[in-house]
Amino acid sequence: MSIFVCIKQVPDTETKIQISADGNGIETGAIKWIVNPYDEFAIEEALKLKASTGADKIYAVSVGPQKRAQDALRIALAMGCDEAVIIDSEESFDTMTTAKLVKAAVLKTGEPSLILTGKSSIDDNSQAFTQQLAALFEAPHANNLVKITVSGDKSLEVEREIEGGSKEIISLTGLAVLGATKGLNSPRYPSLPGIMKAKKKPVHTYAAGDLGVELTTKVKFSDYQMPAPQPPTRILNGEVDAQVDELVNLLKNESKVL
Amino acid sequence: MYKALVFLETAKGKVKKSSFELTEWCIANGVEFEGVIFESNNDEITNQCKSAGVKQVTLVSDGTDYNSVTWSKTFSNLISNGFNLVLGSSSVRGTDFFARTSALANGAFVADCTELALNGEKLEIRKPLYAGKCTCAVELSGSGPKMILMRANQLPSSTERSESTNFVEHKLEGTSENLKVKETILGDSQRTDLTEANIVVSGGRGMKEASNFKLLEDLADTLGATVGASRAVTDDGWVPHSMQVGQTGKTVAPSLYIACGISGAVQHLAGMSGSKVIVAINNDPDAPIFKKSTYGIVGDVFEVVPKLTEKLKSVL
Repeated sequence: MSIFVCIKQVPDTETKIQISADGNGIETGAIKWIVNPYDEFAIEEALKLKASTGADKIYAVSVGPQKRAQDALRIALAMGCDEAVIIDSEESFDTMTTAKLVKAAVLKTGEPSLILTGKSSIDDNSQAFTQQLAALFEAPHANNLVKITVSGDKSLEVEREIEGGSKEIISLTGLAVLGATKGLNSPRYPSLPGIMKAKKKPVHTYAAGDLGVELTTKVKFSDYQMPAPQPPTRILNGEVDAQVDELVNLLKNESKVL
Repeated sequence: MYKALVFLETAKGKVKKSSFELTEWCIANGVEFEGVIFESNNDEITNQCKSAGVKQVTLVSDGTDYNSVTWSKTFSNLISNGFNLVLGSSSVRGTDFFARTSALANGAFVADCTELALNGEKLEIRKPLYAGKCTCAVELSGSGPKMILMRANQLPSSTERSESTNFVEHKLEGTSENLKVKETILGDSQRTDLTEANIVVSGGRGMKEASNFKLLEDLADTLGATVGASRAVTDDGWVPHSMQVGQTGKTVAPSLYIACGISGAVQHLAGMSGSKVIVAINNDPDAPIFKKSTYGIVGDVFEVVPKLTEKLKSVL
């Protein structure tokens, strides 16, 4: 029984986004790709849970163009994951088709006891993959997790962040899909020996078209636009009292937000 | 022709205001709709539905305690009664069970949308990408229902109406042997969640230390606002991570965002640039936040914020 961690490559948060010539995507030429930050929490948690869940291996899984997916998976392997699974595709799919591909590849590779993901990805913020993958496995999911504990009988107790700083405590048994968020742990940096070892770890590659999944996309993005240019900022001058009076007046009477 | 099922999300025995933005959208666009509430009825809910003009509501009274497995099962069965459009707010709960339902109902699902219009039979949807660095149009296809979650405060609020609402009961379906919600721990904050707040007061490194967030709490209390923070200060543990605004935190789009002592890293700006009006208070005139603001005060937050709170108390 193994732990599978799903990771995605996303543009670095420092990236200046530029829209491609056809308007249906972004320029990817100059982008530095990183592992989606929430997925790093999932990787770290898998490494921490390996012993207590009795898992024999941790597989890191990613869908994407071979080279880009491999770069992301190398990081997961260098952090300590055992093997990598690439679902190779130049085309990108909606979260549902991605989840179907991941399910098929997972079942071809091993027997999952636990699946970990990041709670969402910082590029398109679809917030759907974790829940859809769980539904496909007919397994429960719990997302936005800040704590995961494993009891002696291998059942899980997780703490999930909900709204307004509130939390839910959830218990889960059997296969579950869990989404990690910030606060769960502090992901380790890959060590030099880790990076060396990663080069020799097994990488399984499947072509997206070979997994028996219909490659359709029901959620399509097009007509990308940059935000409207910002009108110039109005800097309020004078003494503090005058600044505050003017600000309150503007908020009430000009922009009418109070 | 669309027939919509609108998820009327409840908290503390009331339907959230953002849910009625969706029923209002249906009424304004001539879309036939029904509501669904996972809670037993009370006078407050009856009055809310009546004045929002909701004629038909399904109540799942035994579903008051949230469970993603049974809710999704029940919701997908309700959708299969002829609904081809499903609307809700892009809240923590909304995304959690809409996405799961979409897999059961073979739907096309999109969250975090900021624009929704109906042009003939065509739904025109837009959402931000890369935490608001750009936006895109979203096209939903397939034979299943189109499931759309809208950010709060993006569509017009509901206008006062008077309808009689017909409530029908529906039993919670499915079982959840492998998932049990054991306990809900309420946070100490009684404020609206950041992602749904109409006004956000946010603090950064310029607040100098954790205890100074008291000044922002006071300002927020006066405005009925929610307090947020920059990554620098949540990473330092001044306030919980759940308060972080930015690309690796929460994306917010309130009517008014007041940034206090925040210099404005690109990731932070991405997370709040959807705000209608942005006020920046910072002692560094070159801080990037001033380039994104509607109004700016170059000054000492410890002097400006208390005076602003005082002034607002006298006028609100």
